[in-house]
Amino acid sequence: MTGPILRTMDLRKSFGELEVLKGIDLTVEPGERIAIIGGSGSGKSTLLRCLNFMELPTAGRVELDGALIGQVQTARDGTERITYAERALTQVRRRVGMVFQQFNLFPHMTVLQNTMEGLITVDRMPRQQARERAMAELARVGLAEKLGAYPSQLSGGQQQRVAIARALAMQPEVLLFDEPTSSLDPELVGEVLRTIHTLAEEGRTMLLVTHELGFAYRFATRVLYLYDGLVHEEGTAEQIFRAPQREKTRAFIERSSEFSL
Amino acid sequence: MQYQWDFSLIFDNLPVLWRGVVVTLHLAAMCLLAGLALGFVIALMRLSKFAAARVFGRAFVEFFRNVPALIQLIWFYYAFPILIGAQMSPFMAAFLGITLNTAAFSAEIYRAGIQSLERGQWEGAMAIGMGRAQILRRIILPQVFQRMLPAFTNRAVEVAKVTSLASVISVQELMYQGRLLSSTYYRPLEILTAVGFIYLIVIYPLSLASMLMERRMARNQ
Repeated sequence: MTGPILRTMDLRKSFGELEVLKGIDLTVEPGERIAIIGGSGSGKSTLLRCLNFMELPTAGRVELDGALIGQVQTARDGTERITYAERALTQVRRRVGMVFQQFNLFPHMTVLQNTMEGLITVDRMPRQQARERAMAELARVGLAEKLGAYPSQLSGGQQQRVAIARALAMQPEVLLFDEPTSSLDPELVGEVLRTIHTLAEEGRTMLLVTHELGFAYRFATRVLYLYDGLVHEEGTAEQIFRAPQREKTRAFIERSSEFSL
Repeated sequence: MQYQWDFSLIFDNLPVLWRGVVVTLHLAAMCLLAGLALGFVIALMRLSKFAAARVFGRAFVEFFRNVPALIQLIWFYYAFPILIGAQMSPFMAAFLGITLNTAAFSAEIYRAGIQSLERGQWEGAMAIGMGRAQILRRIILPQVFQRMLPAFTNRAVEVAKVTSLASVISVQELMYQGRLLSSTYYRPLEILTAVGFIYLIVIYPLSLASMLMERRMARNQ
């Protein structure tokens, strides 16, 4: 039997005095697609960024495929603290892919080089094999024609699809999307969401932070509504969007869909 | 003013001046190479996650950047031998003094260059599992190298000029040969003027290269 692929226990994150995550318990089963929604400052991006350690949690635990990330250190007074070695984090990030709001492509490399980079430097894969894998992933996101282009020659939507291919090339066990369409012109949002939707059909484990509630509704097998650093309500897309149980969730859904057609 | 210019002795002594030019270029090239290499290490220390390394890097930069280069040269020639109990050749003392000075300045060029890149580049590379050294080598440095190039060329110009200080501790570079000739012939006007022009001829191409690079980069932005 297989357990959860990703699990957090009482995950907390503070920036100085400001506590952004106040204890998140989350269990992600393989194949789940989780949409994380919430207002700005609710901690949704921070939660996602703690899952691949772009941010180090201040307290709490993260388990990937049943294994605790980091080393538990017990102080004299019995309190436990987890320390993270850079090397271990690099390995976790290798297994958990992330797509960013700002794409973060490497501007000095072509589309193909961007997609091959991790395979070559991290996995030490032979160049030819890396090239084939990268080309396959670029074809999957519909960019087989753009292999030699530089990011600056592409539209925002195309850039984001390259970023998705770059993440996919590493064959991650979990894929994180941090507001992948928030910096795109409205007419380019569709192509990126369509790409993400294709991945959903392949049964990949994905977590998505988004403001596109319509997409979240169709995409997610589970929806988390974050409020003030905590999971305020969670359930199926149907439950959260059609029949939210808590007042704050209802208000958020109403506010966010006020002008939708 | 009735001064009889006589530049013929310049031409008569060209071989001497040329020997000076060779030493100047030799010293400048060595100090630049060593300074750039050491500066890179110091920059990495300044950007390290270890506080001790950061403090050391910062102290190094502030010390060697704010103590006059002339004092560093003289210190290495006259004071350092007392510490290590062995005499040091003038060339070696000049090399050490100028290299450390150059390292301090170039460390700041590296640091500023590396920090000028948006954090997203680090994150994009971290997200595919790249380690810090890999990110620096494959992602960050290739992008900032071009931005740093004009600053490094400026530094090369500075180093070439600052080698003239080495004449004070009798390194036989161009300035030293010039002073020697001028006290031999009692013709400082012609000789020192000529020496100045030789520096100009040697160094100006570097300045020109720096200017052209900056202009080209401005166009490419």
